[in-house]
Amino acid sequence: MAAVQDAPVEADNEKEIKTETLNDAAGNHASAAGGVIPSPPVASTSSSGPAKAGGPGSEEQQTLMAVLQFLKKNNFVGAVDVLRREAGILEDSDESQGQELAASALGGAEAGDATCTLSRASSCTTSTPAVAAAPAKGGEDQPDVNVVLSAYSQQGDPALYQGYYSGLKKFVESVLDCHRAELSQLFYPLFVHMYLELVYNNHETEAKAFFEKFSGDQECYYQDDLRVLSGLTKKEHMKGNETLLDFRTSKFVLRISRDSYQLLKRHLQERQNNQIWNIIQEHLYIDIFDGMPRSKSQIDSMSGSLAGEAKREANKAKVFYGLLKEPEIDVPLDDEDEEGENEEGKPKKKKPKKDSMGSKSKKQDPNAPQQNRIPLPELKDSDKLDKIMYMKEATKRIRLGPESLPSICFYTFLNAYQGLTAVDFTDDSSLIAGGFADSTVRVWSVTPKKLRSVKSAADLNLIDKESDDVLERIMDEKSASESKILYGHSGPVYGVSFSPDRNYLLSCSEDGTVRLWSLQTFTCLVGYKGHNYPVWDTQFSPYGYYFISGGHDRVARLWATDHYQPLRMFAGHLADITCTQFHPNSNYVATGSADRTVRLWDILNGNCVRIFTGHKGPIHSLAFSPNGKYLASGATDGRVLLWDIGHGLMIGELKGHTDTVYSLKFSRDGEILASGSMDNTVRLWDSIKAFDDIETDDFTAATGHIHLPENSQELLLGTYMTKSTPVIHLHFTRRNLLLAAGAYNP
Amino acid sequence: MEDEWRPKQCSVLLPTESMKTMAESVGVGQLQEESCVALTEEVSYRIKEIIQDALKFMHHGKRRKLTSNDIDHALKMKNVEPLYGFQSQEFIPFRFASGGGRELHFYEEKEVDLSDIINTPLPRVPLEVSLKAHWLSIEGVQPAIPENPPPASKEQQKTESTEPLKAVKPGQEEEGAIQGKGQGAAATEGKGKEKNVARLKARSTHELSVEQQLYYKEITEACVGSCEAKRAEALQSIATDPGLYQMLPRFSTFISEGVRVNVVQNNLALLIYLMRMVKALMDNPTLYLEKYLHELIPAVVTCIVSKQLCLRPDVDNHWALRDFAARLMAQSCKTFSTTTNNIQSRITKTFTKSLLDDRTQWTTRYGCIAGLSELGPDVIKTLILPRLPVEGARIKAVLEGPVISNIDKIGAEHVQSLLLKHCAGVIAKTRPLPDNLEQYRADYSYLGPLLHSHVVKARAQATLQAQQVNRTTVTITQSRPTLPASQSSLGGTGGSRAPSIIKVPSSLTLMSTRPGTPTQPSPSATKYIVMATSAGAASTQQVITLGASQSSSPVTSTVPSSASAQQPLVKVETAGGGASSVGGSRTLQKYIVVSLPTSSSSSSSSETKSSTTVPSSSASPISAEPTVKTERSESPGASFHGSH
Repeated sequence: MAAVQDAPVEADNEKEIKTETLNDAAGNHASAAGGVIPSPPVASTSSSGPAKAGGPGSEEQQTLMAVLQFLKKNNFVGAVDVLRREAGILEDSDESQGQELAASALGGAEAGDATCTLSRASSCTTSTPAVAAAPAKGGEDQPDVNVVLSAYSQQGDPALYQGYYSGLKKFVESVLDCHRAELSQLFYPLFVHMYLELVYNNHETEAKAFFEKFSGDQECYYQDDLRVLSGLTKKEHMKGNETLLDFRTSKFVLRISRDSYQLLKRHLQERQNNQIWNIIQEHLYIDIFDGMPRSKSQIDSMSGSLAGEAKREANKAKVFYGLLKEPEIDVPLDDEDEEGENEEGKPKKKKPKKDSMGSKSKKQDPNAPQQNRIPLPELKDSDKLDKIMYMKEATKRIRLGPESLPSICFYTFLNAYQGLTAVDFTDDSSLIAGGFADSTVRVWSVTPKKLRSVKSAADLNLIDKESDDVLERIMDEKSASESKILYGHSGPVYGVSFSPDRNYLLSCSEDGTVRLWSLQTFTCLVGYKGHNYPVWDTQFSPYGYYFISGGHDRVARLWATDHYQPLRMFAGHLADITCTQFHPNSNYVATGSADRTVRLWDILNGNCVRIFTGHKGPIHSLAFSPNGKYLASGATDGRVLLWDIGHGLMIGELKGHTDTVYSLKFSRDGEILASGSMDNTVRLWDSIKAFDDIETDDFTAATGHIHLPENSQELLLGTYMTKSTPVIHLHFTRRNLLLAAGAYNP
Repeated sequence: MEDEWRPKQCSVLLPTESMKTMAESVGVGQLQEESCVALTEEVSYRIKEIIQDALKFMHHGKRRKLTSNDIDHALKMKNVEPLYGFQSQEFIPFRFASGGGRELHFYEEKEVDLSDIINTPLPRVPLEVSLKAHWLSIEGVQPAIPENPPPASKEQQKTESTEPLKAVKPGQEEEGAIQGKGQGAAATEGKGKEKNVARLKARSTHELSVEQQLYYKEITEACVGSCEAKRAEALQSIATDPGLYQMLPRFSTFISEGVRVNVVQNNLALLIYLMRMVKALMDNPTLYLEKYLHELIPAVVTCIVSKQLCLRPDVDNHWALRDFAARLMAQSCKTFSTTTNNIQSRITKTFTKSLLDDRTQWTTRYGCIAGLSELGPDVIKTLILPRLPVEGARIKAVLEGPVISNIDKIGAEHVQSLLLKHCAGVIAKTRPLPDNLEQYRADYSYLGPLLHSHVVKARAQATLQAQQVNRTTVTITQSRPTLPASQSSLGGTGGSRAPSIIKVPSSLTLMSTRPGTPTQPSPSATKYIVMATSAGAASTQQVITLGASQSSSPVTSTVPSSASAQQPLVKVETAGGGASSVGGSRTLQKYIVVSLPTSSSSSSSSETKSSTTVPSSSASPISAEPTVKTERSESPGASFHGSH
C-alpha cells in the first residue's frame, strides 16, 4: 500500500511525469515479473498481451490507477470507493502490487534480478530515488533511502573491519592456487559493502582508513567505481547516489565452483566471522557450479560489470537468432538471379544480408522465429522496388576476405567545431545524416541527386494526379539542395537513424525527446516524449515501423512510429543505456550500457534474454552479424568483444584500439568486422576466423567457462589512421565498400 | 599509474579557505571553522558528482575535451540551473591575485556595456559545416594523399629510436600493422604470410618508389644548385612535407658526405646550403632526427670548428656559417639531448677541450666559443667567463703586438667581438651593479673596458626595452624559423661568359636567422649575408667542379658533372672597423660572393665589378656587428635602438 503511494507522492511536484512514473512501474513490473516472479493479477493486464494490443488496454488501466492514487493521496475516500467500484478494480489489486514491490525491495532471497529491476525502474524514472519502498517506517525523513540502506544498520565494531578484510585476504592467499582466483572475486564486493557499512554508520575516519588501505588491491577495471566511492564519505551522500543504490539494490553476482565455496564457508565458520558472512548472505549472490574452478584469465574476461557476472540462468532462455524469410518478390529482369522467377508462390528465403554467402536454402532456419512473431509492416510497392535494387546491387558485391580488403571512403565533416555527435547513412548509402551539439540535424545527399521537398498543399492541388510522373511532379525543384537542416531539438543530438525506406529520420537528443522527421517535407512529424533525461541512442528496426531508444533513465523503450507512447519498456540496466541495436530479424534488441553489460531483450514479451558481461568500460557501439548469430560490442576501454547469441557466450576479444570504439559494422556478408574509434583509426578484423576459432563443446556451453584465444593480432587485417578525425560511424554499402565518417578536430 | 592517483583520490577536497572566501563574496562573514569543514566535504562531493555526469556528456559528444557545456548539461540533469555566461569560451581565463596573505584564483567578470556590444560590428560568421570525401584506403592500402596522415608519426619515430625495446612490445601491433599492410610500400604483397616475418625482423631500409627517387633528386639538386628560388622551395618542402620519413637516411648521408667533401674543398657556399638543409630537416614537425644524429652532428660540428672553411679565410665570411651551425648545434642539443646519448655534455666537452688548447687556431677558437655560447647563458657563465682574461691576453697579443699575419688579426677581431657579444649579455644579467670600469679591468684584464661599455649599453637597452614594448614586435618577425630568400632579377644572363669578366646579374639576400625551435622563439642575434651570385648555368657549374674532383661523393651523383670550372668565393668587406668598440658607429659590411674560375683565384681578382653595399640602418634588415652584441640575451628591439 504505502509503497505504491510513495512513488506518486515523490513525483507529485512534477505532474507531467506522474503518469509516466506509473507506466514505468507497471510496465517494468510486468516485464520483469514475466521472467522470474509469478505474475500478480494486476500486472498481467498491463503488458502480457501481444505487441500491438499492448497500447490501449493497459494504458486505460494505468490511467485509472493513476487517478486512484491521486484521490487516495488527497484523502478523497468516497471518490476512491466509487471509482474503484465502477472500474471494477479489486481493493487488493493495488495492495498486492504494493506488497510485491515491498517484498522485492527488502531483497528476497531468490528474486535477485527482478528485485533490482523493479526498484531501479521506479527510482530512476522519478527524479528522486523513490525506490519501490517497503512500508515506510514512520517519522523518517527519507524513508526510501533508509529502506535501501537499512541492511547496513547492523552494528559491528568499526575497528575490526580492517581485521576482517585482511583476515579474508590472508585466507585467500593461503588457499590452493586453483581456488585463489575464484575467491579473489570476493574482494571487490566485500570491500565496497564494508566501506559502505562504515560510511553508513558514521564511522568516517575508519571508512577512510579502510578505503586507503585496501582500495589499491582492487582490480584496475573497477577504478571508475572506486572513484565514485572515494568521494562518498558521509551518510548524507548516500542518498541519491545512483552507483550506491545500484550496489545495494542489485546483488553482486559471483560464479564460484562448489569446492571453493565450501572452502570459504568452512573458513568463515571456523573463524566465526559473522560480519563477512552476513554481507555474503545479504548482498552477494553466489552462483555455485560443479566442476573445475576457473582460472584467473577466465574470471577476468567475464568480470568488470557493475553488478558482477551474469547468472547462468539469465542466459539460458532460447533466442531465435535466425533470420526471417524474405517475402517473395518477382524480379522482372536479371539473368543472374534465377530463383527470383522460378519459385513462384513459394516463399523464397532470401536473407537480406547473407544471400551471396551461398546459403540460399529454401528451408526455414530452425533458429528463426515465427514469421509473424512480431507483426511487421506490409511491404509497399516502393519497398519492393528497393528490394529489387538491393538484389541487383548484391550481385555486384565484392567478396571480402583477408586477401581482398574493402576500400574505405572517408567522409570528413569540416568546420564542425567539435560539434558532431552522431552520424548515420541510409542503407543504400545515398544520404548521410549528422546530429550536432548545436541541436541541429543535417542531412546531405552524397549522390548527385539533390534533396527536394514536396510542394506545398496549395501547389499540390494543381498537379494532374493521373499523370505518369506524378511522383516527380510533386517535388519542388526550387527547394533542391545538397543538404537540409532540421531544426527542432533543444539540446545536442546524440543519435540519428534513417528508416529503411528512407522516408523518415529519427533523432534523439539531450532534451529527452526522440523526433521523427519526414525526408519528403524535411519537417518534424512527431516528438516522442517519454524519457525525461537525455536520450543517448535511437535505432530504427531493419523492417521499419518500430524503433528503440535508450538514455540516461536506464530504460530502453520500444516505440512504433504511429504510437506516441512506448510499446515496451526494457528495464534492468543499472546505469545509462548508451547504445541500442536491433537484431536483423527485428525480434530482439540489444542495449549497451554504462554498467558495462550488454543485454538482449525479447520484443515479444519484454524479457531480458541475455546479459553479457566482460567489458571494463561503458559500451558505446554494438553490431549484429548479418546472419544474426553473433554480436560485437565496443567500449571505452578500446576493446571489441564478440558474443555468440545462441549460446550466450563470449567468443572473442579484439584488442588494438587505444580509445573508445564508437562504431562497429560487419560487412554485408559478415566476413569483415570494421571498427572505428576515438583514436582516429579504422581497423578491420577477420570475423570469419574469429568465429571459426571458437570451441563450443558442451562443457563450455554448459558452464560458460570460456578460453579466449589471444589472437587479436592475427585477426587484425588492417589499421588505417585518419588525420585527427575520430571515426564515429561506419557503414558498408551494398557492394561492400566501407564508408566511414567523422569530424576533423584540428 | 593507478598507485599514483589512488592515494590522492581519497583526499582531494577543496580547502576550507575557499569556503570562507566564497561565503564572504556572497555576504556571509564569520563562517565557523566547523561549518567550513562540513561545507568543504559536501561541496567537493557534489562537484565530483557533477563532473562525473559531465563526463558522460563528453563521451556521448564524441570529444576528448570536457567543455563548460557538458557541465551545464550535467547540472540540468540534476535539475540545477546551469551557469550562464561560460558558453562561448573554450578557455576560461582564471586570474590569480594575492594580497593580505591570501591567494585567490578567480574568474574575472567584467561589466559589459550593452551599447558596446550592440555597436561592435558583428563577428565573422563561422564557416558552414561541410562534407568532404576521400579515400582512406584502396583495397587495403592507404594512399599517400594530403587527407591521410603521414606514414609514421613523430612520436612513433621517437619511441622507435629512443626506446627500441618498448617499441617492440606494446607498439608491436602498430608496427606490424603499418609496416605490413597500412602503407605497404615494401610489403603489399603477401600480407597474410609475411606479416609474422615482418614483425620479427628489424626495420630494414626501404626501397624508395620511383616518385620518391625523383623527388629526392630534385630536392638535393635544388638545395645545392644555383637557383635561390628553387632552393627556397626545396627547403620549404623539406621543412614542411609530412612524407619524408623514408627518405631521411638518404638526406642525412647526403649532408654528411657533402660536408666531408666540401670542407676539404673549402667550398663555403655549399657548406652553407647543406647547413640550411639540416635546419630545414630539423624544422619539419613530422621528422624525428634522433636516429641520424650520428651523421648530422659531425657534419654540423665540422662547420663550426673546422680550421678552414673557405679558400680565402682573410676575406670570406666563414664566420657567419660558424654562427649558423653553432645555432643548429644548440638546437639539436636542446631537442635531442637525453641522459643516454648525452649530446650536450659531449659537445660541450669537445668545444671546451679545443678552446683550452693553446695551439688552437683563431677560426676553431671562434667556432668553439660560438658553439658554447649558443648553448645558453649558463654555459657561458661557467665555461667562457672564466676564460675571458686568458682570451683577452691572447687577443691583445695579436692585435697590439707585431703584425704576424693578417688572417690571425681578423680572427682575433672576430673572436673579440664574439666574446663581447655573448658575454656582455650574461654579465649584465649576473653581475651586480654598479659597473665599475676598474673592477672590470681587474676581472677581465684586456677585455675589461670593452666589456664594461657593452654591459652598460646592454643594461640601458634592457630598461629601454621595457619602456618601448612596441619596438619588440618588429624584431620578433625577424626570428622566423624559415630562411626566406629573395631574388631581385632572375636569370639575366644565360650561357657562357668570359671567365675574366665577372658579372653579377642577381643579388640575393640570404637571411640566416637563428634556427629557432618552434617551441621557443627566443630572440637572437640576426645575421644577414648579402650575397651576390651569378644565376643560371654558370653557378650550377660551381657545384660540378667540386664534385668532379671526388667522384665518390653524393654531390657528383646528383649533379651532372661537366668540365668548366667556376667557384664561388665569399668576400667580406668591413668598413668602419668590424670590431669597432664604439657601439653607436655606423658600420658597413658586405658579403660578396663572386664567381671565379679556379685557376685565377688570386686575391686581386676578387675585386668586384658590381657589389651590393647595404648601409646599416634601423629600417634595413642588416644589423651591424657591434649592435647585435647584446641582442642575444636581452632585448630583441634593443639592437635597433642602439643603432640610432
